[in-house]
Amino acid sequence: MSNHSAPFVPHPETATLEGKNKFLAFWFFLGGETVLFACLFGTYLGLTRDLSGVEPGPDQLFELPTIFAATMALLISSLTSVLAIIQMRKNNMAKMQFWFWVTILLGWVFVGLEVNEFYTYVTVEDFTYSSNAFASSFYTLLGFHGGHVFFGTLWILTLILQTLKKGINTTTAPKLYIASLYWHFVDVVWVFIFTVVYLMGKVG
Amino acid sequence: MDWITTVDHKKIGILYLMSGFLFFLFGGIEAILIRVQLAVPENDFLSGEIYNQIVTMHGTTMIFLAVMPAIFGLMNAIVPLQIGARDVAFPFMNAVSFWMFFFGGVLLNCSWFLGGAPAAGWTAYAPLSDIYEGLGMDFYVLGLQIAGAGTLMGGINFLVTIVNMRAPGLTWMRLPMFTWSIFITSVLILFAFPALTIGLFLLFFDRLFGGNFFDPSAGGNPIIWEHIFWIFGHPEVYILILPAFGILSDVISQHSRKRIFGYTSMVLALVLIGFLAFMVWAHHMFTVGLGPVANSVFAIMTMAIAIPTGVKIFNWLFTLWGGQIRFTTANLFALGFIPTFVMGGTTGVMLAVVTADFQFHDSYFVVAHFHYVIVGGLVFGLFAGIYHWWPKIFGRFLNETIGKWNFWLFFIGFHLTFFPQHFLGLMGMPRRNFTYPAELGWGDMNFISSIGAAFMGVATILFTWNIVVTSIKGEKAKGDAWYGDGRTLEWSISSPAPEYNFAQTPLVKEFDAFWAEKRNGNDRVTPAEPLGEIHMPNNSIIPIIMSFGAFIAGFGFIFSAENKSSLFVAAFGLAIMFGSMLVHSLYDDHGHHLIPDELKQKESKRKGAEA
Ligand code: HEM
Ligand SMILES: [Cu+2]
Repeated sequence: MSNHSAPFVPHPETATLEGKNKFLAFWFFLGGETVLFACLFGTYLGLTRDLSGVEPGPDQLFELPTIFAATMALLISSLTSVLAIIQMRKNNMAKMQFWFWVTILLGWVFVGLEVNEFYTYVTVEDFTYSSNAFASSFYTLLGFHGGHVFFGTLWILTLILQTLKKGINTTTAPKLYIASLYWHFVDVVWVFIFTVVYLMGKVG
Repeated sequence: MDWITTVDHKKIGILYLMSGFLFFLFGGIEAILIRVQLAVPENDFLSGEIYNQIVTMHGTTMIFLAVMPAIFGLMNAIVPLQIGARDVAFPFMNAVSFWMFFFGGVLLNCSWFLGGAPAAGWTAYAPLSDIYEGLGMDFYVLGLQIAGAGTLMGGINFLVTIVNMRAPGLTWMRLPMFTWSIFITSVLILFAFPALTIGLFLLFFDRLFGGNFFDPSAGGNPIIWEHIFWIFGHPEVYILILPAFGILSDVISQHSRKRIFGYTSMVLALVLIGFLAFMVWAHHMFTVGLGPVANSVFAIMTMAIAIPTGVKIFNWLFTLWGGQIRFTTANLFALGFIPTFVMGGTTGVMLAVVTADFQFHDSYFVVAHFHYVIVGGLVFGLFAGIYHWWPKIFGRFLNETIGKWNFWLFFIGFHLTFFPQHFLGLMGMPRRNFTYPAELGWGDMNFISSIGAAFMGVATILFTWNIVVTSIKGEKAKGDAWYGDGRTLEWSISSPAPEYNFAQTPLVKEFDAFWAEKRNGNDRVTPAEPLGEIHMPNNSIIPIIMSFGAFIAGFGFIFSAENKSSLFVAAFGLAIMFGSMLVHSLYDDHGHHLIPDELKQKESKRKGAEA
């Protein structure tokens, strides 16, 4: 446990039983999260199967350029979180912190774009949460994902603070590693949202 | 103080058992009230409105707040001991799981005093639950949401514990059956509970924020609720029954002094049942109109579950066959389980016949079926497990004489209550109706049914009495409590287990490790390590504070439908919750160590006490 002074190991994230436990628990947790999102996707698809006569429909609503920008922000942030983990494994504190900060900022850009998007829908298109079933399922699915992104940024932020205090060691490394896994997961979910909600909404 | 800050899995197990039992008494009183109301035709003991609340709370309480926690209690108390571990993987999170369940349950029951309990049935079908029912539904949604979060955390905790913390040599194919069953159960929890979470969220958003998921007039679709609910709900009934299978396997083999028959097939059957549990949810929806193809597929899948279940039944019988059976109370409950559960399974296959289900649906036949499975199966199994492991958990036996009265009254009362309900169902008596006209001739059988319920009530009082008297002056139990017939690792340490469980981690060389060692003339299991320092986690007050935050947040959200400013209360509750999480993550607690000398003293004191 009290291994602050222990020598640095190449894979500090799974060097202890505690780390291994966290690692495994997190994979299980992601299994559960998959079911969560699957249910939301199912609901969304079920309720948007027939949108004839629903105004505004997805094709009128969605603005692909902003969505593209948001997508890029999130995809790149996944990459930067990988860079951060690579630095973590090299025990390079400063660079790791830097890449995590970039990740957080990109996350915030994403959330900002999303909030702006919702704001436009509500004010300009008068498309609110209670407009119809399409609106409810759209905002819920997207909001759930956006909430995950926002939570993730706060999580990584606390870890940045923690490593400032404690450094990279076998207690902090599993946490950092897990946070980056989470971040990739959120990214993958976004890819599905992009396809199912936006592309299919525009095209289908 | 120790009890509210504890992170010891054994104490958390006891907390689960105690609070589960308390809620079992609530649910039992509700059951008795229902049966009093239905005892005679045209009764006006309860109003229709109160009846609906009581039926809903009875089902919800029994499933989420009574038997689930009892399962969690046994798994906490026993699984780490069976796998030779010092603790679960995440002791802190374990405490959080317990307190979340507890406060979720309290929140749900607060509804009685704050405007009426939920009344849309435990399945909360939309649009009734969505549009027509009042505040009680909000208690249902948030109470279950909080309790469910605790359950999910518990499931993950036990998955990791079982995968990562087994003693050396304890390979998967040497794992005791109870632990196996808990492993599969935890997998089911992991994949089923998130569906419930989403279902509850959708209902919550509909009710509080004006969503339209289940409101057909705004493009919503109530059938989505049914799908999501049963994608959770069907695996849920297997979450309930699989642990009973595990308990039964351990109890029967130990109390018949025989190795479980067909171990490999037992394990495979568990895995197969766990898998199929996810493929059959639509058998609850045959009458919804999914179409003949969907109905047939789900019917066949459902019937397929009978095959692995049959394998298990036969293996139990073969284990008993030629064994030196001891008719302890634990074993009586296990033996009572077998025929009862077979009947419940048979009516299950009958219900899976789609065309027949159009007749059975929402009748008392269904009520009889699921009580045969849940009470005749799971509750019998729980009693077996509780009588069996009680000496291990508390260091004292429950009284066997009272135990036998407990069994016979419960067994006879059970069949008296639920057997006639099959016929009532075939005669057309619908469920969830608060009364029935005299001309239909349902009165006599309902009366018998109510007498049976009274028998079960008396049995439960006897059980309570048993706990009280034996905790004052019960017979002390040795480590290997039952006639020295213990087979698995938990029996190789003293009763109750010391805080660190195993002074030295055991080395497992065979299936039924302790039995094998005894057969080879050893009185203890070979240790895998020398006596050394043991690291223990410290107690913490944070889990209870955190869960209390969730509880307050729940209240805030519930009343926000009437008064938006109570959202501030919700925010305050969430702040407590996330604040205490933050505190926990920023201040590492390194726990404490027990040193070898201290351990040696403790161990020899225990040996002395036993000799
Ligand atoms: C031990 C004595 C029990 C008695 C006498 C009893 C009796 C009843 C009765 C009369 C109903 C109402 C049926 C209807 O009108 O639809 C009912 C419903 C139900 N019971 Fe029990 N019950 C008992 C134990 C249990 C247990 C242990 C469980 C679960 C673990 C359970 C789960 C349920 C469920 C899920 C419902 C359906 C509630 C609903 O329709 O919302 N019961 N019970
Ligand atoms: Cu089912």
